[in-house]
Amino acid sequence: MKSKDYLDELEAEAIYILREVAGQFDRPALLFSGGKDSICLVHLAIKAFRPGKFPFPLVHVDTGHNFEEAIIYRDNLAKQLNETLIVRYVEDTIKAKKLQDGKGKFPSRNGLQTYTLLDVIEEFEFDACIGGARRDEEKARAKERIFSVRDEFGQWDPKMQRPELWNIYNGKINKGENVRVFPISNWTELDVWNYIKREKIELPSIYFTHERECILTENGQLMNTNEFVILEEKDVIVKRNVRYRTVGDMTCTAAVESEAYTVEDIITELKDAKISERGATRMDDRVSEAAMEDRKKRGYF
Amino acid sequence: MELLRFFTAGNVDDGKSTLIGRLLYDSNSISTDIIETLTRQSKTTGINTDIDLALLTDGLRAEREQGITIDVAYKYFSTDKRKFIIADTPGHIQYTRNMFTGASNANLAIILVDARNGITDQTKRHTIISAILGIPHVLVCINKMDLVDYSEQNYKQIEADYLTFAKQLTLKNISFVPASALAGDNVVNKSKKMPWYNGKPLLEFLETIEITKTTQTDISRFQVQYVIRPQTDELHDYRGFAGRVVSGSYKKGQRVTVLPSGIETTIDKIEVNQQEVEVAETNTPVVLHIKDDVDISRGNSIVPTKHLPKTEKEVTATICWMDNAAYIPGQKILLQQNSFRTKAIVKQVISKIDIHSFTQLESDGAMKLNDICKVLIKTAEPISFDSYTDNRNSGSFILINENTNNTVAAGTID
Repeated sequence: MKSKDYLDELEAEAIYILREVAGQFDRPALLFSGGKDSICLVHLAIKAFRPGKFPFPLVHVDTGHNFEEAIIYRDNLAKQLNETLIVRYVEDTIKAKKLQDGKGKFPSRNGLQTYTLLDVIEEFEFDACIGGARRDEEKARAKERIFSVRDEFGQWDPKMQRPELWNIYNGKINKGENVRVFPISNWTELDVWNYIKREKIELPSIYFTHERECILTENGQLMNTNEFVILEEKDVIVKRNVRYRTVGDMTCTAAVESEAYTVEDIITELKDAKISERGATRMDDRVSEAAMEDRKKRGYF
Repeated sequence: MELLRFFTAGNVDDGKSTLIGRLLYDSNSISTDIIETLTRQSKTTGINTDIDLALLTDGLRAEREQGITIDVAYKYFSTDKRKFIIADTPGHIQYTRNMFTGASNANLAIILVDARNGITDQTKRHTIISAILGIPHVLVCINKMDLVDYSEQNYKQIEADYLTFAKQLTLKNISFVPASALAGDNVVNKSKKMPWYNGKPLLEFLETIEITKTTQTDISRFQVQYVIRPQTDELHDYRGFAGRVVSGSYKKGQRVTVLPSGIETTIDKIEVNQQEVEVAETNTPVVLHIKDDVDISRGNSIVPTKHLPKTEKEVTATICWMDNAAYIPGQKILLQQNSFRTKAIVKQVISKIDIHSFTQLESDGAMKLNDICKVLIKTAEPISFDSYTDNRNSGSFILINENTNNTVAAGTID
């Protein structure tokens, strides 16, 4: 028998994990952001469960700082697949809980998402939330299990993780706790793109090159000008051909200069890229060495 | 391109994290922003004038503070030849359970030995765990050769000592490489300082070693994960059993038996991604349909009638106890084998294995953290299994505490 390609192996692993979620939990949910990783998850769910319906709704925690293209894509996808989409807004959480909205020049709501996420988990009593996080993204993520148990407060305790052996996933929890499940833990950014190419998966247009007006920050990042960012006189505004490597909160996600029109172009660019995905695009992880670990402990993905 | 999963075992003191850092660094797998961060951090810790490659893998705050690895970290890199997943596992005895986690899916073990110290208790423990988990390849990396003047005699002595120890174990393929992770000798590039060594540098081993199947048999195994029943008008009678072909292959028209019920039936249809196929090979996610209207649910096995696994309510197994709370035989517990879960009790702890000498000790009855024991387990429902040596998948299980829900033991069936 000829040896299988590693993409087949990664795909089989992810489908196996998705089916374990369906088999072990009463009220799972798939966290869908409109980004490439969660789009791949939806594609994998089709392979895992069709011709049946998904055994979970798609849930989006909307920061209100999203790229319009991602939102349109999200709504179309849910409609086209005839699957349930639940959207909850960070804006509503801020009002209801009288939270302090993001401040400063780039007022990110990335940290505030956690509140809305924990609320939606409570509202629907979700016992498992499937997410598209990958271990190659960040070093705290590199430590996390595929079935990652969170306590009633949504917190991650990195020193008390359950052993996770072979392909045996222990999803047993007490009421009020939940499990975060990461089926594509073992995929790298390049694997995701190779998979998108192989499976011919469609993506929101912001992943491909387009001309955009940006603020060129002091450390060389290209930040989108939008209604949430506070423009100042001294800002250097440039027009560049850019694309996005991740689709997050617009205020803290930087664009990268690119001439990639197709998925193939992106793969070529990534092979030559010298900067990591989060390093290139996320301002929020630059705060400290343990920024991600700390956010995860509070309930973030 | 093929995928090789391997794990590294050894202390930070043996240069384990530095070795991984070296592999990633010399194979150009680290981005410039991460190197910048590391350079900044290395200056803070002040260990090295250069960059401290170990900081690449120790991802938790507590690990960086204490300079040790507590939990498994997964790292990814690829070369032109292969794609690799590294599970960087902790070496300290109190984190043995995390080492099991990282090692359980691996095809190869890299066991680090400090050339100055030779074989230690820890080397023996890591080797025994590799043997219990049936890791197909063990690569002993004799590191810090720079600190023993690249001495061939030194290397030969350690090699001989290791082989003497390993003789009593069941390890199949053992290789040795003399290296210095810090100086970059024989990791990615062949060292000029050890002309007496004719073998491959470490990376070349990883690129060329044959990826052995973790199941030794081609006998077909399948367990139901989830039943797909759309219950729509046009798919009113659709009832498909979703799962993964664990080993062997399944064919349309094949005679199969459903376990534990023992009912015989025939495979009517096999679907892969909604397409009908005639044959489904190992590791393919499939949906099986069967001819007769048989009661089948999650955790049931569908296996070829000609080659049945054992189906019993008692198994003997080797287990590693992983919980801080000790276990007294007779306490109720849950056993999970892939998607099959049943209540169980450990009836008897037959013997304990001394993790440093591999001798069997008389059991005092209880099992404590990191104990490796031969046990007799009784299950409430019959379990269908193969021996772990024959099939890693149908021969392995975990034990779960019913109150805390924690995974408290890992077991391999005799």
